[in-house]
Amino acid sequence: MNVLVKDPIDWIDVGAITDIPSRGARRVPTPTGDVAIFRTGDGKVFALKDACPHKGGPLSQGIVHGHAVTCPLHAWSIDLATGEPMGADRGKGCTPVVPLEVREGRLFLGRI
Amino acid sequence: MAQDLDRDGAGRRLPLARLIGETLMAKERLIVVGNGMAGCRAVQDVLKRDPDRYEITIFGAEPRVNYDRIMLSPVLAGEKTFADIVINDEAWYRDNAITLHAGRAVQVIDREARVVRAEGGLEVGYDRLILATGSDPIRLPLPGGDLKGVVTFRDLDDVEAMVAASAQTGARAVVIGGGLLGIEAAYGLVRRGMAATVVHLVDVLMERQLDASAGFLLADALATKGVATELGAVSEEIVGVNGQVTGLKLKDGRTLPCDLLVMAVGIRPNTNLAKAAGLEIGRGLIVDDQMRTSDPRISAVGECVEHRGQCYGLVAPIWEMCKALAAGLTDTAGDYAGSVLSTRLKVSGVDVFSAGKFAGGDGCEDIVFRDAGRGVYKRVVIEDGKVAGAVLFGDAADGAWYFDLMRRNTPVAEIRETLIFGQSVTEGLRGLDPSAAVAALADSAEVCGCNGVCKGAITGAIVEQGLKTLESVRAVTKASASCGSCTPLVEKLLILTLGDGFQAQTGPKPVCGCTHHGHTEARRRIVAEGLKSMPAVMQALEWTTPDGCASCRPALNYYLICAWPGDYQDDKQSRFINERVHANIQKDGTYSVVPRMWGGMTSSDELRAIADVVDKFKIPSVKVTGGQRIDLLGVQKDDLPAVWADLNAAGMVSGHAYAKGLRTVKTCVGTDWCRFGTQDSTGLGVRLEKFMWGSWTPAKVKLGVSGCPRNCAEATCKDIGVICVDSGYEIHVGGAAGLHIQGTELLTKVATEEEAIWTICAVTQAYREQGWYLERIYKWMARVGLDSIRAQVEDPAARRALHDRFAYSQRFSRVDPWAERVAGRHTEEFNPLSRRMEFATA
Repeated sequence: MNVLVKDPIDWIDVGAITDIPSRGARRVPTPTGDVAIFRTGDGKVFALKDACPHKGGPLSQGIVHGHAVTCPLHAWSIDLATGEPMGADRGKGCTPVVPLEVREGRLFLGRI
Repeated sequence: MAQDLDRDGAGRRLPLARLIGETLMAKERLIVVGNGMAGCRAVQDVLKRDPDRYEITIFGAEPRVNYDRIMLSPVLAGEKTFADIVINDEAWYRDNAITLHAGRAVQVIDREARVVRAEGGLEVGYDRLILATGSDPIRLPLPGGDLKGVVTFRDLDDVEAMVAASAQTGARAVVIGGGLLGIEAAYGLVRRGMAATVVHLVDVLMERQLDASAGFLLADALATKGVATELGAVSEEIVGVNGQVTGLKLKDGRTLPCDLLVMAVGIRPNTNLAKAAGLEIGRGLIVDDQMRTSDPRISAVGECVEHRGQCYGLVAPIWEMCKALAAGLTDTAGDYAGSVLSTRLKVSGVDVFSAGKFAGGDGCEDIVFRDAGRGVYKRVVIEDGKVAGAVLFGDAADGAWYFDLMRRNTPVAEIRETLIFGQSVTEGLRGLDPSAAVAALADSAEVCGCNGVCKGAITGAIVEQGLKTLESVRAVTKASASCGSCTPLVEKLLILTLGDGFQAQTGPKPVCGCTHHGHTEARRRIVAEGLKSMPAVMQALEWTTPDGCASCRPALNYYLICAWPGDYQDDKQSRFINERVHANIQKDGTYSVVPRMWGGMTSSDELRAIADVVDKFKIPSVKVTGGQRIDLLGVQKDDLPAVWADLNAAGMVSGHAYAKGLRTVKTCVGTDWCRFGTQDSTGLGVRLEKFMWGSWTPAKVKLGVSGCPRNCAEATCKDIGVICVDSGYEIHVGGAAGLHIQGTELLTKVATEEEAIWTICAVTQAYREQGWYLERIYKWMARVGLDSIRAQVEDPAARRALHDRFAYSQRFSRVDPWAERVAGRHTEEFNPLSRRMEFATA
C-alpha cells in the first residue's frame, strides 16, 4: 500500500458521485498533477494519482472493471484500492492513493 | 584417491576424443537414420547437452526438412500450411553444421565396417548410429488395395494426395479406421469440402481411448461437423472402375461409394533396416533403458522401438526417449523408464481427454457425471483409493489434473465427493482460490504432455522473461507448441500470472478469463437468445466476473452493436479510450486527430482549415499518413471538441483513424489522369468510403482501389482491395501489412462498379458477423476458409442479404462522432470534474 501517510489538512468538495459515469473515471487537476476519481460498477469510488506506475499513462482514460482499471497505454491493470499493478506486473511500482471521502453523495478530496 | 585415466571425477567413462585432446582428434561421427520428429528431437537434445561433441549427419527418406507430423491433420483441414509445421528449417541444419541427406533412404547398415549405405550408393561411416525409422501405416490386405485413390495418412505426400482428391466437386471419401488418426483424416476432408464417412470395425469410436458413452457422444459430435460414421462395419473389398476406386464394399452387402479411400487402421514399427542388420527385433526394435539396441554403438528412438515390451505411437513418450538417448550419448544422467499415456483429441471443437484405465474393470469404482445440456460426460475410475484412469468428453479442462493425480498415486479418498466436479470445485472447498482452476496445480505438474513442460517452467518463464502472449510462451518453453491441445491450460497460466495484462488472442478458446465461452459461441447466443445488453449477455453466458474485463467488454460491445443495429445502446465505458474520445491517445497522454479525406482527395479549403487549426491550437506535429490523409499530433484532450468544431466547419468529419472500423480507402488517380488507368479508381474509392464510413468491425479495415494492375494504391496488402482491369474489377481480400505482411487472395471478379460495391459491402458484413473481436480479415479468412467467403458473396441471394444488412446497419453508423461531441454530447469526457484543486496550495 502506498497511501499518503499525512492526514489531509482539509477536504475539498470536487463534485457529486453521479458526475462520474458508472465504470468510468473523471480527473481533477492539482498543482502536482491530475488526480483520477473512479466509480466502479458496484457504486464504490476510489482516487489515485492519474499516472500509471509503468509509463505514466493516464489511468482516468482506462477501462474500469471490478475494482481495477486497465491503463490505456500498455494495458497494465491497476488495483484501485491500493494503486498496485496486478498480475505479472505486481511489485513493479505503485500509483499513490489519494484520500477521498463521500459525504451525502458529494466527493471530497483530501488536500495535504 | 586414485582415478582411472579414462574416467572423470564422477567415475563416468570419458570419450576417447576427450582423452586425446579434441584439437588433435576429429569429432566422433553421429549418424541419424530418420529425419522425422524423433530423429531431429534426439539431435536437438544431444546438441543441448553437448553441442561440440559430434559431427552429425541425418538421412531422411522424405525429400524435405523436419516437420511436425502431428500437425498434418490441421494441414489436411486447411488450417495450417506446410511452412507452419516445419520444426527445423534449413538454417537449423546449417547453423548446427548438420549434414542432411533428404530424400535418400538408407538401405544397408554394415555393422562390421561401421558404415551406412544410402540410395545412390552414398556411404558414410559412423561412431554412433541412431535409428529413428518410425513406423509404417498398416495397409489392410483387401482386394482392390492397389487402386488409384487408395491412400494412407502418414506423411505430407499422403496429405497432398488427399487434398488433390478433395478438389473435385462433390467428391466423397471413406476412411477405414475410427481411431484418432482416422477421425482426424475424415474431419480434415470434410473441412476441404468432401463428404466423409468413417468405417470402424468396433462399435465404439476410439475404443482404445474411450468408453462406450464417450464414443457415442463423439460420433454424435462428429455428425454435427459433417463426418458420418459406420460402426461395427467390416470392410470386404475395395471396388473400382478403370483402376480408380469407386467404393468400399462391406460384409453386410452394402457398398459405400467414394472417390478417395483412406486407410487409417494403425501403424507398425518400421524395423526392416534393423532386421537386415541383424539387430534384435520383437514387435519393434528392442532397446534398453538407455535406448541402446543389441549393438551398443547403435541406439534407437521413436515409433520404431520396443521398450520393456511396449511400442508407442504418441509424441510424449518419444520426447522422453529422446532425452534418455541424449543422456546416454553425452555421458549425462537420465534413463527411460517407460511412459504413462494420456490422449487428447486434436479435432477442432471436440474436447476429449482419456488416460489410464478409463473403462474401469475388476476392483475399480466409477464416478460419473453427465450434463446433457452442455453435452458433457466425465468418468473417473478409482482403484485402491487412487485415480486409475479418466475419460472426459465435452469438458476436458480437468484432464491434466486427473492425470497428475494418477501419475503421482495421490490418495483421493478425502476429496472423493467433489473429485468429479474438477479441480476448481475441489480445491475451492478446501479453502483455496476457486476462481483459478490451475492456480492450485503444483509447480511440478506437467502441463504440456508433448514436450514435457511443467507448470513451474511456464510461469517462471512468463515472469522472468516478461512473456505476454501464447506465442512467446511457445517460443521460449515449447509448451503447447506441438499438438496444441494444452493451449487452454497455458492460456489460463498466462491469465493467472499476468491478470488482465494478458491480451486475448484469436483461436478456439474462451473470450477471456471471465468466461469459458469462445467468441463464436458468444456471438451465436447473443443472436439466438435475443440478448440485447451487456448484463443480459453476462447473465445468460454465466460470466464469472461481475462486469467483465478490459478484454471481453469491448468484444461484447461490438458483438451487440453488430447484432442489433439501431437497437443496442452503445456502452461507452466498454470502449477503449480512442473510440470513446474519437482520437488516438499518444505516449504522453495527448491525442492525434485525423480528418477523413474521401479516397485520399482533398482541397485547398480543407488544407487551409487544417493549417488554421494547427496554428490556433499550437499543434506540434503534422504528418501525412500511409492512408492518404493528414495526422495532427499532440492535441490536448481539453482542446479536442474545439479542434473538431473548426474542422467540421470546413466540412471535414472524423477519419476513424482510431477505430475497430472502416479506416481509409486508399486510391490511385485512375482514368482521371493516369495514362495506364483502366477504370475510375478514385471515384470508386470515394463512393465506397462515403457508403461505408462509420461502420464498426471486429478489427480495423483498410481498403485500397488501384486503377490498373500496376497497383499504385497497394490494394493487394489491404484488408479488402480492388484491382481495376479493362474488363472489370478484381476484388481481393485478406491482405495485411502490419505485424504480419500478407498479400491478398483473389475473392472474385465482377464486371461493373455497382457489383464491386455490392460485393465489398457483402464481404465486409460477412466479416462483421463472423469475425472474432480483434481478428483481422486475413485471420478470419484463414479460420473460415476463402471458399466459404466466396460462396457467400458469389451466391446472388446471399450477397444481397449481406449487403442489405450492411446497408441497414449503416443507417445508424454514418454519424460524425466529432459533430455530436461538438454539439455537447459526453462533455464529461473532456472536462475535468472540478478545477477547485488546481490552485490549492499546501
